Amino acid sequence: MPPASTRRWSRVARTPLALVAIALLVVVAALAVLGPVLWGADAEAVDTGNILAGPSARHWAGTDNLGRDIAARVLVASRLSVVLALLAVAIAVVVGLLLGTAPFLLGRGRAGRLVTAAVNIAVAFPGMLLALFFAVVFGVGATGAVMAIGLAGAPGFARLVQTLVSGVAARDFVAAARVAGVGRGRILVRHVLPNIAEPLVVNATIGAGTALLSFAGLSFLGLGVQSPSFDWGRLLYDGASALYLNPAAALVPGAAVLLAGLAFNLVGESVAKGLGVEGLGIEGLGVPVGSGRWVLPGRTAAPGPAHAAADAPDPADDVVLGVRDLAVSFRGPSGPVRPVRGVSFDVHRGESVGIVGESGCGKSLTALAVTRLLDDDARLEASRLHLLGTDLRAPQATADRRKLGTELAVVFQDPMTSLNPARRIGAQLAEVATHHQGMTRREAAARAVDRLDAVRIPDPGERARQYPHEFSGGMRQRAMIGMGLMGTPALIVADEPTTALDVTVQRQVLDLLSAVRDSDAVALLLISHDVAVVGEVCDRVLVMYAGRIVEDLPAAELATARHPYTRALVDAVPDMDTDLDEPLATIPGRPVDPADVPAGCAYAARCPLADARCRAQDPALVSDPHAPARRVACWHAGEPLPAERAVDLLVESP
Amino acid sequence: MTATVNAPPPPTDRRREPSPWLRFGARRVGRLLVSLFVLVTASFAMIHLIPGDPVRGALGPTAPAELVAARRQALGLDDPLLTQYLRYLEGLFTGDLGTSLSSQLPVSGIVAQRLPATLELAVLAFLAAVAVAIPLGVAMGVLTRRGHGRRTELAFTTGSIVVATVPDFLIGVGLVSVFGVGLGWLPGAGNDTPAAYVLPVIALAVGPAAILARIVRVEMVAVLEADYVRTARAKRLPARTVYLGHALPNAVTAALTLGGLLLGSMVAGTVLVENVFAWPGLGSTIVQSILTKDYPVVQAIVLVYGLGVLLANTAVDVALALLDPRSTIRED
Ligand code: SF4
Repeated sequence: MPPASTRRWSRVARTPLALVAIALLVVVAALAVLGPVLWGADAEAVDTGNILAGPSARHWAGTDNLGRDIAARVLVASRLSVVLALLAVAIAVVVGLLLGTAPFLLGRGRAGRLVTAAVNIAVAFPGMLLALFFAVVFGVGATGAVMAIGLAGAPGFARLVQTLVSGVAARDFVAAARVAGVGRGRILVRHVLPNIAEPLVVNATIGAGTALLSFAGLSFLGLGVQSPSFDWGRLLYDGASALYLNPAAALVPGAAVLLAGLAFNLVGESVAKGLGVEGLGIEGLGVPVGSGRWVLPGRTAAPGPAHAAADAPDPADDVVLGVRDLAVSFRGPSGPVRPVRGVSFDVHRGESVGIVGESGCGKSLTALAVTRLLDDDARLEASRLHLLGTDLRAPQATADRRKLGTELAVVFQDPMTSLNPARRIGAQLAEVATHHQGMTRREAAARAVDRLDAVRIPDPGERARQYPHEFSGGMRQRAMIGMGLMGTPALIVADEPTTALDVTVQRQVLDLLSAVRDSDAVALLLISHDVAVVGEVCDRVLVMYAGRIVEDLPAAELATARHPYTRALVDAVPDMDTDLDEPLATIPGRPVDPADVPAGCAYAARCPLADARCRAQDPALVSDPHAPARRVACWHAGEPLPAERAVDLLVESP
Repeated sequence: MTATVNAPPPPTDRRREPSPWLRFGARRVGRLLVSLFVLVTASFAMIHLIPGDPVRGALGPTAPAELVAARRQALGLDDPLLTQYLRYLEGLFTGDLGTSLSSQLPVSGIVAQRLPATLELAVLAFLAAVAVAIPLGVAMGVLTRRGHGRRTELAFTTGSIVVATVPDFLIGVGLVSVFGVGLGWLPGAGNDTPAAYVLPVIALAVGPAAILARIVRVEMVAVLEADYVRTARAKRLPARTVYLGHALPNAVTAALTLGGLLLGSMVAGTVLVENVFAWPGLGSTIVQSILTKDYPVVQAIVLVYGLGVLLANTAVDVALALLDPRSTIRED
């Protein structure tokens, strides 16, 4: 076995549940082999003087109606029970394989589709019903029951095989074989079956457990194994009729069949989970690999010593959002990943600030962090995080929640998924007012219609009663903005609000945001990958790279940006002179992977000005001595770019 | 992790189509009719699939040949197959399900007398399963949402899979021996008193409840990751409102599909449970009839069960469409 698959298998055996199940299965197998040999005589020893006795020292599970030892009979019955279940599962798998591969072999023709349709109809009926049907056809008795349970399980396997086969059939090597003129049957045997063997075996194991339990059911009804033979189900049947005299007579075989069934099921499920195999079951075991709780969800860490200095200056009163040394980290496969690594900035009342950067630079996480909407598995650290006078690092009291609910508005990237598909638009707006502003339902509904009108949704009264899927993308995003306007926002955080929209409606949404800002002096934090949008809408621009702010400058001064990355971003914007036939300019190289941030300046690998110092030392974000409103993090800020690289960029965007 | 994917393709506006409901209805009715046809044909074919002469089998090898011939005549087994099939269909439409071989009573009467008890059991158990599974699944979903409650999740998933594996009749036998025989608290047989419903309903409901709770948990965990839940959090709604008002409706819609399958399997599950509790429903009758080879009764009851399953599936489809109109459109 190649090492990779060995590792996969050893992962299966690591969960305690799987180990227990495997041990149980070994015991069941051993009993099936040895049971009749060891206890066969005891199981048949009739003792008419001691019938239907309760548990005693000699017969710990009591005796049956002929005085035979029930414990011995249960042990002996393991062979027949297991063998019958395996036979039934073999039938299910073989018939399932025939039916499941038929559509592939028969092609897209009528016959193939007929088989598929038949299987689809059959799986809609519960196995028990199918088993009863076949039990009638094949007659009462062990043989009939094997056939019945096997055929009842076949549609499920057929469906599984069909799914697996069509998955493999879509792959390249099958297409290649087909092009090469290899016959379908040959492809099936040589290429397809080997690839579906693993999930099939796993599901057959689970199926064996199900068959074992179903068989017990049929025998319990008297339709399966008949006297004088006995399996666990038959013992249950006999025991149940004497339940009032000796409950153990039913409970002991019941426990046996249950443990054996569980052993098969759990081994199968664990293997399925461990190997990542598609299962017949509804859901896998959900056993997490590895352990240890790295995450302190939703909780913030105290500032480390490195951040102490930043606590000192108390930001001015008109600061709506104050952020110092913000870091966001996640648990990665090899240690924590920090996509945001120390971000500090303020947003003042009425100010509009843009955060711009490539995808993965940490700008959206920054937006989520400063609104306290990070997912639970993210860890947030900051030496200061004040929003509208509330310390976001502390747990929020009801009053804080009310304040944030009415004074902070958040607009997300994808309006298609950000509105609840199961609730009417009007109700989604109105609940802000009923929860935070003490309005009645009716008042809130009226306010919602008014706000929809304010964000220029035509026919707002009618629209408020509709569901999100009845809105266009642009209208949904306007409704999201309207939702933020239910209160009296002091800050709107908009995370890529136009990215998911059609070009034609992007303009409308941006105009709407600007209009809202102008009328009420609302501050805006706009996250975007598009430096042109940010430059147009915002007063100030924060440029982020690899989880840090690398430049902070007024939007009007973007043309004189000093950081090489900002300059590249600005140069990549197409303008009036851009030749539209040329491909859009991009910045050469790839963004930094947050899991693997290099030492020194993170931009060094892509920077035309990078030198040895850049690669060794990370430049801090410092104020520009000539223009205190500007900050930049670069050892060579503002230096002219070397000629060849400049030419490269010029070629791409003149 | 938050999506920071740049510029996905612009979503197209989806307007309401002329009449998705009509097409949805036509599709569902079509599917139901095909399944019905298959079901009726299978129940008709059952008696013909039995190897050998079913009447000889039923009456035993010692029965006189004249009696066998008379019975075959009465059942119409000597007519051409097509004639028999058409007569079978005609009988179904007129409510004539034939005559019991053992009691000589009309089968429709037997079914009518036995059906209510079975329906009661299945419906009560389904309601009980839903009533337990949804709160449990929601609570587990919230407790084990991403980054939370690893141990709780492990305990719940392991516990529920073990519980779901226990067949209903074993639960029944266990319940009878503990609460019926051992403690004597509740009756272990019949359906004469309200107390007699407790154990059979529990026996039938436990497994489906465990499965349903698992599904609701998984759906809940997934829904809690959705963007609109983040929107609800952005509105700073109380946690209760976020979970019950925003997440639950979406989680349940998805769980309902599988709930329908469970309802169908519970219809069939009554067979075993009825036999444990001597419940006077179809389940005890069909087993008796199979053992005595009373084929007309067996045929009719198989048909009724199959019908129950089909109706349950269709009901769930319709409920799903009403709750989540997008699914009707999405399917095209
Ligand atoms: S510090 Fe060096 S590598 Fe980094 S941006 Fe400035 S010049 Fe480039």
